Amino acid sequence: MNKESNTYTFLFSVVMVLVVAVVLTLVSTGLHPLQNANVENEKRQNILSSVKINVTRDESKSAFDTYITRQLVVNSRGEEIAGDAFAIDLAREMKKAPADRSLPVFIARVDGATKYIFPARGAGLWGPLWGYISLNDDKNTIFGAVFDHKSETPGLGAEITREEFSSRFDGKKIFDGDRLVAIRVEKGGKATCLHEVDAISGGTITSKGVEAMLRDNLTCYESFLRQPAP
Amino acid sequence: MTNRQLLLGPLSKNNAILVQILGICSALAVTAKMEPALVMGISVTAVTALSSVILSFMRDIIPTRVRIIVQLVIVSMLVIIIDQLLKAFAYDVSKQLSVFVGLIITNCIIMGRIEAFALANKPWPSLLDGIGNGLGYAIVLLVVAFFRELLGSGTLFGIPVIPGILYQWGYANNGLMILPPAALILVGIVIWIHRARNKDLIEQQ
Repeated sequence: MNKESNTYTFLFSVVMVLVVAVVLTLVSTGLHPLQNANVENEKRQNILSSVKINVTRDESKSAFDTYITRQLVVNSRGEEIAGDAFAIDLAREMKKAPADRSLPVFIARVDGATKYIFPARGAGLWGPLWGYISLNDDKNTIFGAVFDHKSETPGLGAEITREEFSSRFDGKKIFDGDRLVAIRVEKGGKATCLHEVDAISGGTITSKGVEAMLRDNLTCYESFLRQPAP
Repeated sequence: MTNRQLLLGPLSKNNAILVQILGICSALAVTAKMEPALVMGISVTAVTALSSVILSFMRDIIPTRVRIIVQLVIVSMLVIIIDQLLKAFAYDVSKQLSVFVGLIITNCIIMGRIEAFALANKPWPSLLDGIGNGLGYAIVLLVVAFFRELLGSGTLFGIPVIPGILYQWGYANNGLMILPPAALILVGIVIWIHRARNKDLIEQQ
């Protein structure tokens, strides 16, 4: 067959594409369980570090079972509903109408005290932001926070992942009297009150993204937060 | 060229980055730390070597008119496989490299070697040529990353190597080294030293 004919070129392309597609499908299907385990363990690691328990990714599964005593799913009225809290994709829930959202809550027991852990999801300058925030059993005082991002600028917005930034949230309060105010992220070292933290220099839009993320996500949990702790 | 020249030539006198000035973009992007630089070097070496061999085997059956597309498909396939392997077995590194793994496809060294060498030579020399060029790229990446991480972060492979007492005396890590311009300057310095040592590379006036 003439190698340069149209028929040959066409057949060659079809066969090549089919072969490559089969190879890639096999690789992807074969490795999927391993990749998933990595992603899940990283999620456990992040949840644990919001209550200041730092473990490696490999240890995170057993540590998660030790410290996280309860996982529940609530709706926007604060009522517990059926569901697997760990498997919920918060990005998808946040796109739904507030009344239809299933919101995960993790309850941890650290040094004899109960901590409530809430996931958060928002947008930074270049892409999504996410994090976990833990509250003491008064459901008001922040115990710890951890943030991560997909594509913020290294050295500027990406600094939100550093403990130096996340530790600024420790001990802050999300309720001002009876009003849920979450935490404002303010520029220029002006953060003085209990509801404000300092922003990152050069990372203003990312910092404001963190602020909006906390406000939006904590607002979803408002009814749950107002219930007295059992 | 002998097989030995094919393998060792690209390490120095025929180096892709230093002499042919190919693959500069990723050399700037992934050299802030040693570990990603090493993984990137290994990944590119694997992709150049494997794609050269595969395409060399196929060289007599590829229709000339679609050869560039065939090259792209094979290289993309290998890159996706590497990306998947990293996500499964080296998750932290794959997070650090993020988009750069996908961008291996656009690394000019790979397509350059296939087009210039593999499509006209037998599989064994093509494999050596691919490995040689990949390693030549990896070495430059590691040299640049060594200085950037040492001077910029005071660590090597994430392990602190600058004694703490130096910091007490007022030594500070150079933040410029973390940023891409430092890589450009360092690559320039490496090229300068390399040319000063290999006078035959200097063009006649």
